[in-house]
Amino acid sequence: MLCERCHERPATVHVTKIINGEKTGYHLCEVCAKEQGEVMNPFLAGNAFDFNKLLSGLLSMDSSPGFAPVQAQVQPRCGTCGMTYNQFTQVGRFGCPDCYDSFAARLEPLLRRIQTGNRHTGKVPVKSGAKIKRLRQLDALRRELQQAVAQEQFERAAELRDQIRMLEQTSE
Amino acid sequence: MSLSDFLQRAVSKWMREGGPEDDIVLTSRIRVARNLQGYPFPILQTDSHADEIVRLMEQAIQSPVMQQLGNYEMVRCRELSPLDRQVFVEKHLISPDLAQQEKHGAMVIREDELVSIMVNEEDHLRIQCILPGLQLLDGWRMASAIDDALEQHLTYAFHDQYGYLTACPTNVGTGIRASVMMHLPGLALTGSINRMLTAVSQVGLAVRGIYGEGSESYGNLYQVSNQITLGETEEEIVANLQSVVYQLIEHERNARKALLARNRTQLEDRVSRSFGILAYARRIDTKETMERLSDVRLGIDLGIIQGVSAGILKELMVMTQPAFLQKYYHRELAATERDIRRAALIRERLRLDDSEVHR
Repeated sequence: MLCERCHERPATVHVTKIINGEKTGYHLCEVCAKEQGEVMNPFLAGNAFDFNKLLSGLLSMDSSPGFAPVQAQVQPRCGTCGMTYNQFTQVGRFGCPDCYDSFAARLEPLLRRIQTGNRHTGKVPVKSGAKIKRLRQLDALRRELQQAVAQEQFERAAELRDQIRMLEQTSE
Repeated sequence: MSLSDFLQRAVSKWMREGGPEDDIVLTSRIRVARNLQGYPFPILQTDSHADEIVRLMEQAIQSPVMQQLGNYEMVRCRELSPLDRQVFVEKHLISPDLAQQEKHGAMVIREDELVSIMVNEEDHLRIQCILPGLQLLDGWRMASAIDDALEQHLTYAFHDQYGYLTACPTNVGTGIRASVMMHLPGLALTGSINRMLTAVSQVGLAVRGIYGEGSESYGNLYQVSNQITLGETEEEIVANLQSVVYQLIEHERNARKALLARNRTQLEDRVSRSFGILAYARRIDTKETMERLSDVRLGIDLGIIQGVSAGILKELMVMTQPAFLQKYYHRELAATERDIRRAALIRERLRLDDSEVHR
């Protein structure tokens, strides 16, 4: 993902602003974030990041409506529940379902270590599983298509191709 | 209340009944973790989140589809005394962790106690089925049916790639933990238990003693369970565990045969002494109880001891736990007092079998 301000450098900072209870988030590169003054980075600023500061930030927000207090972190943080990756490594538990996407990059090597694969192949829920069911069906049809082509069963292959097209269209 | 009445009411179906391979496999358990979409996991949940999940579950278990799968009752942890919660732990219906969740935790228990659902433990829901003997696949089918029925009313947190999302990534994917409780005195007496358990842990399964700390296990009871939850289907996970369990069963049976062939008198002496202690002791602690019960059960399985029901190990291993004892005697008991009451309860239980034999 590119920085939403300069559209040049990769976005490495996720900024979450809460103004009068309304939450907005955007992605910036480190340069733009610094220029915007959005970074409260303990390493850059040389200050120890502590809970008091976080708390005082929250307090100042409450006391001065209209003023936009900013919170940003270079450390990956889940945009939904606010858990940082460091916190996760300490407690070994994620804070919410969205953490899986928030920390996807770091999760992959972890899953390789503790699981046999990184893709679920088991049961799928009826309601929220419609998409994955279609994907699995597509996978199966594509494999069958390859086989049909290899065995020169072209009529069957044409049928399969049409089925795949139809499924692809419904999923769009 | 007489002991036999108390047993009728207090003993879960999994303790009372037998099942396939139940000379070695005491129980099969399937536990499935599920979370609801749009709520933080219990570790970050507020009081109102927790209440809402409890409320959603209350509605879900009252649905006609769930009613078809049995009679369920829901209780919040805070409605129960710590002692009552501990009794549920000792009956293996809830985890010690849930018993600690006084504020947010709740449990749903099916009438026959084969099914329990923990609410707001580490995950929002943990559906558990516990069956006597080796019945892993049946357990999974039971849990899956309940899962389907609940899903009609709840929206699960599910990811196209990672599957069912759980608080801890060691459960993600299928969310399934399948486990068996095995009684392996033959392997212990022939000294091959550690070699066997090391081999099991090398094929991606976890082994731990059921009672006792660390690697030590009182009563030769071990729990074997899957560790991997992502990348394999539930059926594959269950089948893998089952095939290892069958190998362990075979080794255990061979060990028992070898013991009978080579050390018959020594074995008869050991199990008979243990029976004598259980039948006549005036005070006994949990550790010794488990060890003697293990010997007696082995004696029953090998035909050395007759007239005692094989279910005695499962029954008494739960009944003689601290909370259960205090429940039976309706009051708090100090440790030494418990040892005295425990011995009395065991003597009484053995007399029940005796009177049936002579009836």
